[in-house]
Amino acid sequence: MSFSVVKQDGVTVVDVEGQLIVGNRQELKQKVLDELEGGERRFVIDFRQTGYIDSSGLGVLVSLSKKIREQGGELRLSGLNEDLRTLFELTKLDTLFRITHTKEEALQGL
Amino acid sequence: METTFVLEVPNDLRAIERAVDLVVGRCQTCESQARRFRLNFRVALAEALANAMLYGNGSDPHKRVRVDVTVNDAEVSARVTDQGAGFDPDAVEDPTTPENLMRPGGRGLFLMRQLLDEVRFNDRGNSVTLILRLEESASFDEAASA
Repeated sequence: MSFSVVKQDGVTVVDVEGQLIVGNRQELKQKVLDELEGGERRFVIDFRQTGYIDSSGLGVLVSLSKKIREQGGELRLSGLNEDLRTLFELTKLDTLFRITHTKEEALQGL
Repeated sequence: METTFVLEVPNDLRAIERAVDLVVGRCQTCESQARRFRLNFRVALAEALANAMLYGNGSDPHKRVRVDVTVNDAEVSARVTDQGAGFDPDAVEDPTTPENLMRPGGRGLFLMRQLLDEVRFNDRGNSVTLILRLEESASFDEAASA
């Protein structure tokens, strides 16, 4: 997995490429936490180029969402493929996150 | 026709993807149910391997995980066995309840049970058998909407 971070209209946008799994989840978590500690509050993580997120990856997203909310911010997710959406629905995490089809939709109103 | 094979996987999280690829690659009869196999079986096997390495074997690099795979016209099964003391799977809480939804962990076993037709443990709790039936099983979409 690799990821890139850009600031767009005051929102921190993280593009994830590759799988978010138990072996690499901490890299993404630390990067977002660094941005949060640096004062950023609004986040979008885009998974358009991600084929698979395992339960550990889902757990990291839950943990990040909690920490961002505690700081008065918001984390949105975008670009989930059909399989990933199914995993979010099965685990009911689709009720926890605002999930949009595209990054642009996620940025609207954030 | 039935095919059986065994993988001995090092206790290294980086080995999971390759191990799953190996198992999936040997299952030619599963192609007719591509999505259920690609998503349901792959996800469940990867979760079982991660649990075995992290919790069963306690991340000990000297331990190994054994995977016994059986494929026939009716089903594919994988028995994932670690070298740990075992655990009580019934003690794992439902991660989808409101009080558990914000917890970072506890979704691996839940996903296995949701995605497969049968998940069973041995008495010791260090071996889990994952079964995906290839015929007359509930479709993934039915399971997902349940």
